[in-house]
Amino acid sequence: MAINMEPAGSRTTGKVRLHPTQNEALLFEKSAPGKRAYKLPPLDVPAADAATLLGEAHRKTAAALPELSEIEIIRHFTRLSTWNYAIDLGMYPLGSCTMKYNPRVNEFVSRIEGLAEAHPYRPESHAQGVLEIIDLLQRCLLEITGMDAITLQPAAGAHGEFTGILLVRAWHESQGNPRRRILIPDSAHGTNPATAAICGYTVENLKSNADGGIDLDALARQVDGETAALMLTNPSTLGVFENQIHKIADILHEKGALLYMDGANMNALVGKVRPGDFGVDVMHLNLHKTFSTPHGGGGPGSGPVACKAFLEPFLPTPVLVRKAGNNGLSELHWEYDRPQSVGRVRAFYGNTGMFIRALAYILANGPDGLRQTTEDAVLNANYIRKKLEDLYELPYKTPSMHEVVFSDKRQLVHGVKTGDIAKRLIDYGFHPYTVSFPLIVHGALMIEPTESESLEELDLFIEAMRAIAREVEETPELVKTAPHSTRVSRLDEVQAARKPVLRWRPAE
Amino acid sequence: MRYLPKSPAERERMLAEIGTASIDDLFAVIPPEYRLARDLEVPRQQAESEIVEYFRAAGAKNSTSYASFLGAGAYRHYRPVIIDALVQRGEFLTSYTPYQAEITQGTLQAIFEFQTMIAELTGMDVANASMYDGSTGAAEAVLMAMRVTGRHKAVVAATVHPEYREVLHTYLQHREMPTALVGYDAKTGRLDLAALEAAVTEETAAVLVQSPNFFGVIEDIPAMAAIAHTRGALLVVSIAEAVSLGVVRPPVEADIVSMEAQSFGVALSYGGPFCGVIAAKEQYVRQMPGRLAGQTVDGNGNRGFVLTLATREQHIRREKATSNICTNQALVALMATIFLSVYGQEGIRELAEHNLAKADYAAKTLGAQPGAKLLFTGAPRFHEFVLQTEEAPAAWSQRLLGEKIVGGVELSRWYPELKNATLWCATEVVTREQIDTAARTLAAKPVEA
Repeated sequence: MAINMEPAGSRTTGKVRLHPTQNEALLFEKSAPGKRAYKLPPLDVPAADAATLLGEAHRKTAAALPELSEIEIIRHFTRLSTWNYAIDLGMYPLGSCTMKYNPRVNEFVSRIEGLAEAHPYRPESHAQGVLEIIDLLQRCLLEITGMDAITLQPAAGAHGEFTGILLVRAWHESQGNPRRRILIPDSAHGTNPATAAICGYTVENLKSNADGGIDLDALARQVDGETAALMLTNPSTLGVFENQIHKIADILHEKGALLYMDGANMNALVGKVRPGDFGVDVMHLNLHKTFSTPHGGGGPGSGPVACKAFLEPFLPTPVLVRKAGNNGLSELHWEYDRPQSVGRVRAFYGNTGMFIRALAYILANGPDGLRQTTEDAVLNANYIRKKLEDLYELPYKTPSMHEVVFSDKRQLVHGVKTGDIAKRLIDYGFHPYTVSFPLIVHGALMIEPTESESLEELDLFIEAMRAIAREVEETPELVKTAPHSTRVSRLDEVQAARKPVLRWRPAE
Repeated sequence: MRYLPKSPAERERMLAEIGTASIDDLFAVIPPEYRLARDLEVPRQQAESEIVEYFRAAGAKNSTSYASFLGAGAYRHYRPVIIDALVQRGEFLTSYTPYQAEITQGTLQAIFEFQTMIAELTGMDVANASMYDGSTGAAEAVLMAMRVTGRHKAVVAATVHPEYREVLHTYLQHREMPTALVGYDAKTGRLDLAALEAAVTEETAAVLVQSPNFFGVIEDIPAMAAIAHTRGALLVVSIAEAVSLGVVRPPVEADIVSMEAQSFGVALSYGGPFCGVIAAKEQYVRQMPGRLAGQTVDGNGNRGFVLTLATREQHIRREKATSNICTNQALVALMATIFLSVYGQEGIRELAEHNLAKADYAAKTLGAQPGAKLLFTGAPRFHEFVLQTEEAPAAWSQRLLGEKIVGGVELSRWYPELKNATLWCATEVVTREQIDTAARTLAAKPVEA
């Protein structure tokens, strides 16, 4: 199914066919004084003289914002949108990011007036509806993880890690010593060491064993009275379940260290196994991964942190509790008086709009749907592995869960790297997989299909990967210079970083 | 399950291709004692109509269609409908961080436009692609100032949003970075400049202030900058109400600005998702946290945009990164970008002037009621004001709720010295009638027997 890219033809092949996109200048370049896209209602109070009221604090020079009409704004952003790839257009196998379908009912219910317009400081008696949503989501997430207590306050996964490690620290401090080190496997996400550092810990690297998993002997040697915790991603970033997990927990707990689980890959476990049952003390979830809230071009996310009961006193304030209300009915209530708390990690209560979407997703699935979802995600990854392992090097033969990691070893012989193969995938109508991660695999291709892909889409992806493998041998230049079908070719990142242009300025 | 695109026969076929008998074989690696042998105890699978009904009922249980005078870091402004029409396009909604620039030029150009608008509004040179919110942004801005100066102490205004200050405390507590709190002038509600002068030393990395401050009062930024800069400290200005910049002079003397952009077309949504952003002077850009979009060219000389200066970030630098932030608030930043394109240069000023007028009328009307007086009247303010009443707020707020009005938020929970004081906000969506009703109801104190 090799796609003939020179010259750009209109022949339909497999998944893609070329079509033109429209050019679109920056908003500022389209602006003209006097154009309007707004109209305020007449002022029903006396107009205020800003210069008099504000004095020295009055803004004399207006911000140079663009002036456009409504149709131009609609076209501007619609045209920009057509330059993006998205889950809604096709498979987005970005490993570790879990680019699954984002149900539209989630968007719909998050915009229901009584929820979208709720002010965070409205009286609790007038916010019981949203508090009940938060309460139900908390209970569902505790059941799914097998943990005892939870906070939804963290705004994203990395923020959840920060919160979780603060809980670890607070616990150790309550035992008399905050300890000094956090152990992190070399396969971990970059957020893990960055988090440990901002919580005041030294990062100690833990080398993976020959299977890409935790080396138990090394772990036993490295854990001591100054080890605060191990930050473990399970399944690992290789998509491999740590089957020695109970021994890992035992080794840590014997020395008084805790087991933190990065829940980025929780979508491989939901309904099949619970971290709380295999020795995890504290973990975060990514609602924008496992629970289908949209990635939105980079956020917003939401990173709830679940923990065992002994860590509950340290959760960020406030904590949602149920108390007896005025008329004998119980009411949900934010409790602020928590002397052992690590403190707030964010203003208000978290990304509530994401809680609503995640709960809608859980309700749409139910227990059977959640389990089937996990099974399909694992089925899809294993199917891809089976269909590509003859052409791409599989550095670790351990069984895959929700993602599979190949390396570019065989393609490198022809001078083609994982990043080149990724770019060439774009020409076949797919978003690239995650490139060069995890770091323990040289030239990694990290592929996570998620459960959202049909057999038809998977087969098209496999065909594309096989075609590219042939191209690497026959016409490597075609792959090394890809993509050939996009509105811009490879961009000069060196120039962007050397002489940063981070904003538009009017021509002088 | 309606989100799963496979037939039972297809699943069987795939298992056969893989060469395994059952799906459970693929989970055999999980030790048997840990496998969940039962259904999760979560609600049963619901139809879409049931889900909509559940959330509608929850929404109705929250009080709807109340007039509201609540602000304090979360502001109700009108949201033009094209915002939701555009951000719900799947190409924006279901895309991710634009690491693959060739197929995410839409997101990247929009971020570049957002950065430009924020820089223009705040009077800074550059802005990043977004932070989680105003509270975490302020904390990250202080940490940034510490990296720039190599110093480890911060001076924080008591007039910064109390929850922002709590978050800052959480971020700094384990890093041996002590903070000193500076109080406010009881008459003006502005930061006490003499106390500030005394608190800033040669070891101070950052002075964190907010303007308009938590009481709605506009701070004297040039004076604060002078105090900070004399000692070699950076001035970090937090802005919780972004619409103020339509009419309030931007903090051009600041070194770093941390802004909450929720007011730019983002729903209240019970406190999130909101949209933080950090802007700064150009020379500090390499110490900035978060993502940055930059302009460049492709192989054919076409203009294009990429994420740049990534060597600051966790996926490259790991424990040496400027922050652990990864996912930010991209789609919310897009909302703000669309909001700002709708209002534009003239509209943002007109909108801010309407807010100013509504709040001025509300403050005068409410402050004139018997038993009520305005606090902090000696300095300019934007659209929030502090009202002190003889009657306890718990009593009159019930009367207001009876009229379907939510009054101001009580300040004593954060400022015990401000007894019976409440913080009110009047944006452009509050009507004169609502203000008048609130005033009448406030005054209608029951006669004591």
